[in-house]
Amino acid sequence: MSKHARIAWAGAVHHAIERDGQLELQTPAFKGRLLNFDEVIWLPPLADMPPHRPRTVLALAINYADHAKELAFKPPEEPLAFAKGAASLIGHRAFTVRPADATHMHYECELAVVIGREAKRVKKGDAYDFVRGYTVANDYAIRDYLENWYRPNLRVKNRDTCTPIGPWLVDAADVPDPMNLRLSTTVNGLVKQQGNTRDMVFDVPTLIEYFSSFMTLYPGDLILTGTPDGVVDCPVGSHVVCEIEGIGALENTIVAATQ
Amino acid sequence: MNATPPWLPQGTVYGSLLNFQREYALWAPRMAEPPYKAAPQAPVLYVKTANTFAAHGAAIAVPGEVEVGATLGLVKADFQCFQPLVHVDQARAAIKNEVTDWQAVAGVVLLADLSLPHASYYRPPIKFRNRDGFLGCGPACVPLTAVGDVGALQLTVRINGELRQTVDLSTLVRNAATLLADVEAFMTLQPGDVLMLGTDCLEDGTRPRAQAGDRIEISAPGFAPLVNTLVEEAA
Repeated sequence: MSKHARIAWAGAVHHAIERDGQLELQTPAFKGRLLNFDEVIWLPPLADMPPHRPRTVLALAINYADHAKELAFKPPEEPLAFAKGAASLIGHRAFTVRPADATHMHYECELAVVIGREAKRVKKGDAYDFVRGYTVANDYAIRDYLENWYRPNLRVKNRDTCTPIGPWLVDAADVPDPMNLRLSTTVNGLVKQQGNTRDMVFDVPTLIEYFSSFMTLYPGDLILTGTPDGVVDCPVGSHVVCEIEGIGALENTIVAATQ
Repeated sequence: MNATPPWLPQGTVYGSLLNFQREYALWAPRMAEPPYKAAPQAPVLYVKTANTFAAHGAAIAVPGEVEVGATLGLVKADFQCFQPLVHVDQARAAIKNEVTDWQAVAGVVLLADLSLPHASYYRPPIKFRNRDGFLGCGPACVPLTAVGDVGALQLTVRINGELRQTVDLSTLVRNAATLLADVEAFMTLQPGDVLMLGTDCLEDGTRPRAQAGDRIEISAPGFAPLVNTLVEEAA
């Protein structure tokens, strides 16, 4: 059973694994050293990509039937997905900037799938063999900037600091049924969003089959699988925790833009 | 000795929709109608993911007819690799701008932004634009100081040697500097990221089409041409 983290500590980036409520460093110089969670800076739990292969980040716009209803859409007939850049990713316990003019900025708690093997034309039945592991993503959206051109447009979904991810990359082998995990989001300790991955319109194997039918996925690529019902505006100061059963609890704090 | 490896993007590549005056004008009467309901305010962007990168000279597999979008990409520089100050005036002229971080552009590159034809711009286009090999790149990133005025460049598109389109970069909706500034107002491009200036349509609103067996050549003064051939996708 391994939960992997990528952290900054003592002037360098380290791989660590969870050990009885602490972080056990895996980097050779400090191998075995234990650190408390609040001693480190948490980075996205993802390895660097090779040269000339920036990370592909695919995100589902409407992939829970109840969220589709909430947003007044019919559930889509094929996955409704968009691509993001990796630059909006930040780690656990980090700060996300709320623009001064935003009136509706909401979290989206999502199961994030990390690809482990090059995947092209993968069939649904084989899809789990291509998964490295799972983590939690919070794919913030700022609805004030929504426009109906390639919607959801990148001004809503691809902003600096607006995609917290982590804290752990959990090995796929340690998640026996990724399609039956409870999700919840709390804001300042109050539960605002609850769901279960079993209510996805398109499940993880279907998504891998769909994407890999026309594009090759590489190790380290991400699929953010969409969010259920229950999104609310988060003002500056909100402490937002997105939790997925068995995967982790991703903490984030909303801060004001500095001008 | 080893030849220089073919140029490929290091970072994320962003495309810009509706950034030529001709296509914008053709769309303008429909912009207020559903599902769009209003003209776009911010730049409309899409991502060309790593699987789309195809080097100059590479064969690109296509499932049928594709649209050829000739464009120029601005390549974001590493913050430690700003161009020498001696070139300040030339670089400033090259991008003709009010952009404060103009020196963060390492250079510009020719790109063949391929897409399956799609009539609607409502939903994100990954199925059309993010197929393997759908971004011909290179052959080189040309420093701004060697380009002159980006806004004065003309790109030509030849398919099997026949001139099919001339793209005039003076007819952008947002010029290079404005586009860069408007994009970076909400997302910071990272070193190695590429911002494409957009692709123009023909007079009737379509784009040049090509299919398996065709040879696409995109050229511009001061640039070595970008050549890719299309081949049939394996069943």
